[in-house]
Amino acid sequence: MAYEITLLTTMAISVLFALSLNFITGFCGQISLGHAAFMGVGAYTAATMMKASISLLFVIPVAAVFAGVLGLLVGFASLRVRHDFLAITTMGVVFLFVGVVRQQEFLGGEIGISGIQQSVLGRTGFMLLCVVLAGVFAGFSLLVKRSWLGFVFDSIADNEDVSQVLGIDVAKYKLFAFVVGTATAGTAGALYAQHYRFVGPDSFGFVESISVLAMVVVGGIGSVWGVMFAAAVLSVLPLLIQFVDDYKILVYSALLFSMMRFSPDGLAGIVQRLLNRVRNR
Amino acid sequence: MLYLELLFQGIVQGSIYALIALGLTLVYGLLRILHVAHAALFTLGGYIGVIVTNQTGSLALAILAAMIVVGLVGVAMYKLAYEPLLSKPPFIALIASIALFIAAEELFRIIFGPYGLSYENPPLQGGFEIISGFFLKYGEALVIILSILILSVLGWVSGYTRLGVSWRATVTDPDMARAFGVNTQHVRYLNFFIGSALAAVAGVLVALLNNLVEPTMGSVPSYKALAIIVLGGLGSIRGTLLASMILGVIESFGTIYIGHLLDRDALAFGFLIVVLMFRPQGLLGTR
Repeated sequence: MAYEITLLTTMAISVLFALSLNFITGFCGQISLGHAAFMGVGAYTAATMMKASISLLFVIPVAAVFAGVLGLLVGFASLRVRHDFLAITTMGVVFLFVGVVRQQEFLGGEIGISGIQQSVLGRTGFMLLCVVLAGVFAGFSLLVKRSWLGFVFDSIADNEDVSQVLGIDVAKYKLFAFVVGTATAGTAGALYAQHYRFVGPDSFGFVESISVLAMVVVGGIGSVWGVMFAAAVLSVLPLLIQFVDDYKILVYSALLFSMMRFSPDGLAGIVQRLLNRVRNR
Repeated sequence: MLYLELLFQGIVQGSIYALIALGLTLVYGLLRILHVAHAALFTLGGYIGVIVTNQTGSLALAILAAMIVVGLVGVAMYKLAYEPLLSKPPFIALIASIALFIAAEELFRIIFGPYGLSYENPPLQGGFEIISGFFLKYGEALVIILSILILSVLGWVSGYTRLGVSWRATVTDPDMARAFGVNTQHVRYLNFFIGSALAAVAGVLVALLNNLVEPTMGSVPSYKALAIIVLGGLGSIRGTLLASMILGVIESFGTIYIGHLLDRDALAFGFLIVVLMFRPQGLLGTR
């Protein structure tokens, strides 16, 4: 049972993390190649506080706020630079984050922070907390997608200039998307710190940022169900394909490439096409 | 004396950055694709360079072989991976490119082993004294000379030949170029061939300076080169050269003086972010 609990917790944290990026990239159309930095801010905030024996339930909101504040700063950057320039700027953010953390003694430097104590919830309780948080944010995402806010995001993702002309306060909504997305990533980070009871600079780098973007893209950009499914599967895929052992990463990257090459709109796109075929019959 | 040494280190590093980033700019200028897998071609160049040198003993032959093979692989990559994705949103090609890059790194590891290869008889060892007490290695001198040579030839081709004119026309307006009888398909192939060949030269040179090629040698260039072309102003060749040199020199001085605050990558990206906040189109980019 312990293995299943660990697996489910890992999946729930990944789902929450991927959905948080989906909010920014999928809904609002702002690409980010550095989303792991915000998870990192949350995780480091949480780790430092939990080492000081502060309760997890108090730690999570604080981690979310810290990540959200950094997200607001990067959101301001997104008002200056667009598209590919924004992609590289956010990539810069993750390298800056890792570079700064590495040099800080109080954050454990290269070694990171280990020996975080388990929360009072126990393993099962903690798993439930992760699942509930992921579920709540998924519900919130679905709600936003169907509301007027979803239409506003769609319009911004499609064409910022036209949205501006239509009288949409583009800057405000972009900042909103960044703050919500990054604060949620911070929450996922706090859960990560509690789950692994260790945080290190290598856990929140460029590679992790790409992995989470891969989850969103494989699921189907903007599709809540697709992203949830892809995040759940991809997060444990390396464990599931243990049998290919030495070729694990090769298989993973080949799958990712084939997905982009043959179904660029992700799993959601495949499902949509299948549904259409059934309906047209 | 330390300043001069750091400056030269920066210029050598900058020359290598320039060779790698130039291919990336060529691709971006023409197709608007952030071609991360370019760094895999750089690594491939390094491997071919070491293997051919060890077999034949000739570095010149190795550079030539690396350029041709890697150039062809680059064209194949365009044909198989990018061409079908050109009409899709840009991040699709970006993710596909990242996946290609990871797959290539794994293939290098599986085929050539995780520990890398070295030159059996490393060519161009030793160095010479420029001014008293200041030495430049032959390898480093070769890097600077080859970079200047290659970039001038490229500048001449793009500025003064029929080929260069059709290339620039395709970059500015593909439809118009086609209407005037330019075979844009050939221009794209050539573009990938030249860009990849330049990465191959950089790969051989880096292998020479470190006397080592390893599966992961492309991981730093994979993201650093992106930073450079963005810093220069996407698609701007002069901007890319300028950004390569600036970044090379800044990293060289920065790691000595503020290395205890920020590591090399953080330094480069910190500089990038600051520049972009003031000039969102990059150093020499146009809106």
